[in-house]
Amino acid sequence: MAAILDAKGLNKSFGAVTAAKDINVAVEQDSVVGLIGSNGAGKTTFINMVTGYLKPTSGAIHFDGRDITSLSPRQITQLGICRSFQIPQLFNTMTVHENLLVGVGIVAAAGKRWSSDNHTYADPSKAVDAMLDEFNLGAYRDRTAGLLPEGTRKLLDIAMAMVVRPRILLLDEPTSGVSADEKFVLMDMVMAAVKQHKVTVLFVEHDMDVVERYTHRVLAFYEGRIIADGEPTDVLNDVEVRRYVIGGHIAPAGAASHA
Amino acid sequence: MRIDRNSIAVVLVGVVLLALGPVLPSWAVSLLNVALCYGTVVLGMMLLMRTGIVSFGHGLYYCLGAYAAGLLDHFGKMPDMLLMVGAGAVTAGLVAAVLGLLLAKYRDIFFAMLSLAFSMILYGLLVKTASLGSTDGFNVAAKTVGGIVIAEDSVRIVVYSLAVVFATLSAFLLHQYLASHQGRLAGAIKDNELRVEYMGASVKAAVHRNYVISAVLAGIGGALMAVNIGHIDPEMTYWPQSGEFVFVAILSGTGSVFAPLGGALVFEAIRSFAYEYSPNTWQMVLGITMLLVMIFLPGGLWSLFTRKRGA
Repeated sequence: MAAILDAKGLNKSFGAVTAAKDINVAVEQDSVVGLIGSNGAGKTTFINMVTGYLKPTSGAIHFDGRDITSLSPRQITQLGICRSFQIPQLFNTMTVHENLLVGVGIVAAAGKRWSSDNHTYADPSKAVDAMLDEFNLGAYRDRTAGLLPEGTRKLLDIAMAMVVRPRILLLDEPTSGVSADEKFVLMDMVMAAVKQHKVTVLFVEHDMDVVERYTHRVLAFYEGRIIADGEPTDVLNDVEVRRYVIGGHIAPAGAASHA
Repeated sequence: MRIDRNSIAVVLVGVVLLALGPVLPSWAVSLLNVALCYGTVVLGMMLLMRTGIVSFGHGLYYCLGAYAAGLLDHFGKMPDMLLMVGAGAVTAGLVAAVLGLLLAKYRDIFFAMLSLAFSMILYGLLVKTASLGSTDGFNVAAKTVGGIVIAEDSVRIVVYSLAVVFATLSAFLLHQYLASHQGRLAGAIKDNELRVEYMGASVKAAVHRNYVISAVLAGIGGALMAVNIGHIDPEMTYWPQSGEFVFVAILSGTGSVFAPLGGALVFEAIRSFAYEYSPNTWQMVLGITMLLVMIFLPGGLWSLFTRKRGA
């Protein structure tokens, strides 16, 4: 299958610090890719480069055959690459409904101008209600976003990224700050939504249970490089990954499910 | 267009003010006239504040609107009120469309000071331009409305009616804009510019658009004031004038399009009565008023209504 996202030879330096070193990744359509690595390994730098927040020092990123390396976050969003954030980026003084309505309004106002594949909304109010249902946010409809519990803020952050009906969704630590009970509920909901809308997903995650359960492929980052790339079980059992990313004391991937 | 309760209320208030015009005492008409002119300018300030930016230089557009109206009479020999207000709006809008390209990149104190700088440049130009009366300015006299000659004894009420119509129309249209997808971006930008960009909208374009709209409203307010007072001078773009608009905007609050109009009325009333009864310390009365509002009503006078509703 052809790659929807193709990053070639990506390097990113901040002065003497190298945050990304010769990253080569081709992501197939409809796949779910997990990005793992310790803090500072280069996962978020990669997401920031793909979404235009950071420009690579060298290398190129292609989306659906188009070079997006020099595009702004807004232009990349308009093409169909959206993201959520490690710290949810919400409109804190607005209600949950208004947060989503802003996004739906942006898409509705743009119509079909962004790209031929972009979705538009004939009835924004109904579209927001549908999204509230889809992400189980109906109970929080009129609550101020700044006062929501962290798990709900994460979910709203992801829902806001989905409002634009992306073709690729990048999630930066979707379950961080979410309780152990809630993280699978949250991920089930997100994965159901992305599956329904045929969205390719890349997500940064520290919880290996989540990675193993939801991904088709895992990229392991270490010191700005990709040290392993493959199926979850293979990558999570890789010697280097266990040494540098997971830590040797953790049970081998798949052990729990096979026991 | 969405006709909701507030839209209807704006129109109703306008109709009531129009109907009251002939029966109100002249001091009340004068007070309302000035308040409506100020209120129209502050509507634009409200839009900017909702976007998260404060202009300390909106005297620029207020003055441009007034001078555009005045020049139409002075040099163009077209003393028609509608044309004058139109000229004020267009001139302010065009200048803002150019200056806004630069200003939309800035935020906080940089935006405030840069906008102030532009208004002081205009002040400098006007005081040095003898053909425009230099520091004295010049008189403005509107003689027709839409081509219909105004009788001398009805000028006051016609000017008042025109101020009511333009203030009502401005408030109505601004309310519609704020409820639209484009208008809703104002609050979103104030909250989180990064997220707005990551949802595919241009923050710079939205700020620029709101800046131009606010300038048009200031231009209308300035032109109305020129017609109302019958005299214009460079003081209209001097910094205390811009500060006064910020003062009224903070006093009013930004919760509704009623707030700037009501706040401007309260401001004018306090100023008039303070000046009448305490001519040497009227600024102190205004200062104390602002202090009390900031301490007890940080959301402005409008929060009196929203508090009550929320209780």
